[in-house]
Amino acid sequence: MKSHLLPEFFVERIEDRCDRCGVCVKQCPWGVFSWNGTEIMIDYTKCVGCQRCVIYCPNKALIVKPYEGSYRPNAYWTKEIISDIKKQAEQGGVILTGTGSDKPYRIYFDHILLNASQVTNPSIDPLREPMELRTFIGRKPDRLEIEDLDIRTEISPNLVIETPIMFAGMSYGAISYNAFLSLAMAAKEFGTKFCTGEGGLPRDMREEYGEVAIVQCASGRFGVDPEYLNCACAIEIKIGQGAKPGIGGHLPGEKVSAKISETRMIPEGTDALSPAPHHDIYSIEDLAMLIYALKEATNYEKPVFVKIAAVHNVASIASGIVRAGADAIVIDGFRGGTGASPKVMRDHVGIPIEMAIAVVDQRLREEGIRQKCSIIASGGIRCSADVVKAIALGADAVYIGTAALIAMGCTMCQKCYTGKCAWGICTQDEKLAKRLNPKVASKRLVNLLRGWSLEIKDMLGGMGINAIESLRGNREHLRGVGLESWELEILGIKGVGEGF
Amino acid sequence: MLFDPHIDGVRKLEELFDRARFQGKRVEIDAKDLKHKELNDLMRECILRGAREIVLKNVCGQRYIASRLFFNKPVKVNISIYGTPGNDLGAFLSGHRIVVYGNAQDGVGNTMDDGEIVVHGRAGDVVAMCMRGGRIFVRDYVGYRCAIHMKGYVNKIPILVIGQTSQDFLCEYMAGGKVIVLGIGVERHRCNYVGTGMHGGEIYIGGKIESHQFGREVGIVEIEEDDWKFLEGIVREYCFYFGMEGKEDDILGKNFVKLIPVTKRPYGKVYAY
Repeated sequence: MKSHLLPEFFVERIEDRCDRCGVCVKQCPWGVFSWNGTEIMIDYTKCVGCQRCVIYCPNKALIVKPYEGSYRPNAYWTKEIISDIKKQAEQGGVILTGTGSDKPYRIYFDHILLNASQVTNPSIDPLREPMELRTFIGRKPDRLEIEDLDIRTEISPNLVIETPIMFAGMSYGAISYNAFLSLAMAAKEFGTKFCTGEGGLPRDMREEYGEVAIVQCASGRFGVDPEYLNCACAIEIKIGQGAKPGIGGHLPGEKVSAKISETRMIPEGTDALSPAPHHDIYSIEDLAMLIYALKEATNYEKPVFVKIAAVHNVASIASGIVRAGADAIVIDGFRGGTGASPKVMRDHVGIPIEMAIAVVDQRLREEGIRQKCSIIASGGIRCSADVVKAIALGADAVYIGTAALIAMGCTMCQKCYTGKCAWGICTQDEKLAKRLNPKVASKRLVNLLRGWSLEIKDMLGGMGINAIESLRGNREHLRGVGLESWELEILGIKGVGEGF
Repeated sequence: MLFDPHIDGVRKLEELFDRARFQGKRVEIDAKDLKHKELNDLMRECILRGAREIVLKNVCGQRYIASRLFFNKPVKVNISIYGTPGNDLGAFLSGHRIVVYGNAQDGVGNTMDDGEIVVHGRAGDVVAMCMRGGRIFVRDYVGYRCAIHMKGYVNKIPILVIGQTSQDFLCEYMAGGKVIVLGIGVERHRCNYVGTGMHGGEIYIGGKIESHQFGREVGIVEIEEDDWKFLEGIVREYCFYFGMEGKEDDILGKNFVKLIPVTKRPYGKVYAY
């Protein structure tokens, strides 16, 4: 069938800069560039806009930009809508995509402003004075019994992280071994943790990186063995994910290589299917059963997290999760990324993370059980200001996924599901995966964490706060701008201009 | 204050240790009125003190029995259970052998890694869920959603043997391993949706079952010489475990079907790129 799709990108070559070196031919996995013997041909219809050729062209002779040709402009039947219809008319089936939703829903983070101290309450200079970002993730006791200056209360296991930022679950399988290893190396170097996602933890990484790995137990139970659970610092039960709430995942058979097959314990080349529900969890009581099964399997030594997508009834669900015995609850907003999701789920299901944290924190406080569980905000945290706002709304810490991938090289081309990532991140092709050097990539990640942590200290100091724990749920430091009263009410914040 | 039935009110090990009676490497534990954590605390401590054979008496609904017996060095323990163990018996089991003299409840061998579980009776729902290795023998029947997403990798092939029959959704999403339903004393199997979403592994079913009871992703193939040899071995063990020696030919005499996945990629065609 002849394709009626318009090209997405246009590749322009500055002819007098190009010396026909052929780097672009080697770098592009999409087949845009080819030698015809004497000349490099450009088929821009295949371009996805990943910018790999632009960065690696030694002569800076290439420009990749959105294709300018257009249908008759229409605010309702946009180019994207028309293209999707044509694609489905040609192929049938569910349209796949990668990363988080790119749709222009309201970004509440950008409608919230932070406070700063002036005159009456001095600000703190983090360069001169101590500023604590250390965060404890896990269940806190209802009260402390103290005898002869010793704490008598038995304290539940808690994770200690040096900055309130961890790396979100991205599985080995969805991302390459090198990308996975880079996250582990960076987490270890910076004193934080990374989540393995549901693809298991390769045996050769367990001894060195187990202590910084939050291992996931998802509906497919891939790679879940007693050693996997016991080598980790925490366990995360994945119920749902912000990019595709309510559905499972399919890692396509062509990505299930020998090593992935070994880590996941499924035959090579088969689809790795994660069912939509856990088939042993149909209720909060069943969830409690799995939480305690995991605590049993790890001798009650590790905190157990439960990760859910932010959905309409998130506050009640979170309350149930705390009552089921979870030590931390991870809430993944609808901007959360993915290696592959049906586009319709990514773009139309779930709620913003800002709202979800606010209502969950509020609900748990009202019920008097907030201390029993840490809240980890995930899904679309883009910068240190988002981290600070999320914590002030009620989170204990955040997970970053997309931001970490961007730090390693990702350019958000949204083609993760094809397995052809030109940057060596979201691929199992050995040649492509080699492009990512774990030493360099982990350095980039550590730099990012360092930069954000310094900025968080600046913001805290400005507010006159010297410990991140004092910011948690401290909504007096937030003011909404351009929001309606119902939105302010749900966020639990005042509008700009209102004093204390 | 929130009461957590799993951990609140759990007694300390010292208060409970007199329930364990050692005879060399054998220990007998009276599980009467013990909470699941207390029982598992005791079992773990007994093994650390050298026990290699554990007999549990008066078991009544305690969950997760033997789930916490993963040690840094390989230790194999024989566990006999008298009574009715609760849900998630042998979940994440790491190589031990469990024999239940009685019925078992839901989640037997949930995500079990290695070892053997033998149930002298029936078992409930979600038996062998996501099982990765080892073997489970259930003398009678099992409930719904058993052997869902069973795994298998090279030589590590989990096996579930069911003496009589199963309820619906047996082997849904199966990715590997072998499930054998012997159909002893069963006129006709009533389970539907067997093998829905199956993309690996093998299922053998003895007795009457119609093709409409299978999921769409299942293919029916002829039983060959190697399959018969495998089935003979399994049936011999089944009869040995459950004191039914001499009944092997009767059990194997009925009609058997073998089910395998039609494709390793059942959902490869539902997407547009």
